[in-house]
Amino acid sequence: MTFSQLWPVIWEGTKETLYMTLWSGLFSYLLGLPLGVLLTITKRDNILAAPTFNAVLGAIINFLRSIPFIILLAMLFPVTRAVMGSAIGTRSIIFPLVMSAFPYVARMVEGSLEEVDRGILEAAQSMGSTNNQIIFKVLLPEAVPSLVNGAAIVMTTILAYTAMASAAGGGGLGALAITKGYQSRKFEVLYSASIVLVLLVQLISVSGTRLTRRLDHRKK
Amino acid sequence: MTEHTPTPVDIFDNFDHPVINPNAPIVPQRAQIEIRNLSKVYTIPGGEVQALDKINLSIQKGDIYGIIGMSGAGKSTLIRCLNRLDTPTEGQVFIDGKNILAMSPQELRQTRRRMGMIFQQFNLLMQKTVARNVRYPLEIAGIPAREANRRVKELLEIVGLEEKASAYPSQLSGGQKQRVAIARALASNPDMLLCDEATSALDPMTTQSILELLQEINRTMGITVVLITHEMAVIRQICNKVAILDFGKLVEEGTVDSVFLHTKSAAGRRLFGILPQEDITPPQPALRIVFDGEAAAQPIISRLVKECGADVNILSADMRQLSQKVYGQMLIQRPEDIQEQKRIVDYLAKEGLTVEEVHLP
Repeated sequence: MTFSQLWPVIWEGTKETLYMTLWSGLFSYLLGLPLGVLLTITKRDNILAAPTFNAVLGAIINFLRSIPFIILLAMLFPVTRAVMGSAIGTRSIIFPLVMSAFPYVARMVEGSLEEVDRGILEAAQSMGSTNNQIIFKVLLPEAVPSLVNGAAIVMTTILAYTAMASAAGGGGLGALAITKGYQSRKFEVLYSASIVLVLLVQLISVSGTRLTRRLDHRKK
Repeated sequence: MTEHTPTPVDIFDNFDHPVINPNAPIVPQRAQIEIRNLSKVYTIPGGEVQALDKINLSIQKGDIYGIIGMSGAGKSTLIRCLNRLDTPTEGQVFIDGKNILAMSPQELRQTRRRMGMIFQQFNLLMQKTVARNVRYPLEIAGIPAREANRRVKELLEIVGLEEKASAYPSQLSGGQKQRVAIARALASNPDMLLCDEATSALDPMTTQSILELLQEINRTMGITVVLITHEMAVIRQICNKVAILDFGKLVEEGTVDSVFLHTKSAAGRRLFGILPQEDITPPQPALRIVFDGEAAAQPIISRLVKECGADVNILSADMRQLSQKVYGQMLIQRPEDIQEQKRIVDYLAKEGLTVEEVHLP
């Protein structure tokens, strides 16, 4: 394969990978962010202390997190078909990706929110804040740098998981490397797809770190 | 005080709390903060800790009320019970006559807005500028942006940080951070300011300036200040009333002058530096002479030596300014000779000084 033949294929794969990663990331946060907040504020001694609820929620999230993605993908086939209209393809795989990533997001968010000093929350309480005001004006804004850092990690993880899309007839760079590269013995495809994947991970990771540093006003 | 006709409620209040202090106003006055029978028990693995044990305390409007105790005495728990950051196990806290423990969440928030609080670790929003920090209480109270900004400017002027409006807390010194915290606590126009070890993380110079600021706020705005500290110097400098906490119990309370002049509890004596931290060695008899502003300037000791012919052995001396008067205390060795002792005590009493016998190791 010449470069002019290779390039359009790689570009198509890159677009598919980004499509899967970004949508999955977005929906994972739509579910995971509120859950992460809930996991934090329902802890003992926190603003909405509900230890039993917290323990149950934590157990469910741990259960979901412990299923390996490739198995979850298979287990979810009927559900995916019901939700997405089809169980296979680049678009359909977003559903199992989200199902796999959102509990992970919840834990990442929880970790970031944990970093916010309890004293700041108490100060907010002492000023007569409602719980909503504490969550949206104190807890989340104070955790922004850490949340961004966490998001970069989540996105690289989802990106890596998209490589398994080929198992469900999806596209992207991973599928390209496996089917058109490895299985068709076209190693130039295998390697260039892999290189682009590595570059994408680096890009997300480096910009995540930079953005985190720029947003963080704690030390300067 | 403005004219006040006793209402039936006031009269009943008065029956519950007979006026013991002869200098207290004749018109019954409702305390701004009234703590009744307050206890707090923490359950820890393997037992319970009695952080507060049946505390009763009244704080009047305009007071600078100091609560002092060693670490672990329960003072932090006490101040946190005042705005319900901590919930007591037993007892009541009345803020302007309303029990804060019986309030609905809505009422509690409204009450908290009238009680500013500052902390040892400042607890500023680290991702927000100084101006945004001070604006936070106004935002949550729904004050329109233009008015809020005007108020923020005003508050930063009061604490002397106009130029730092757009700085982040991490760019400020400890003293500046506490000033921001004070401005923020004042934003909602509170009647009371609770200070939880507000100067403990600051150096002596900065402590001084923060205490002066608190005093100025108390004087010019009439805001009641409740502060907890483990440093007697803080109490001496700005408080008019003091309560001493020891292992969760209130062991002494009253005006700073009276508690200082007639310290009775062991904890009080320790805090005033009269007794050492631990009593291990057998005590040595000594006389504690208390100076009250006027006498301190006079060469009492040299006259004592001349007039009584006594050998005066000074063990320690400590003079300080205390609510605008010079107070001080001196410890001298008690002579073995009873006659000599009597001469010294009589002479000092004649000079109008308080003398009492204490025991030192």
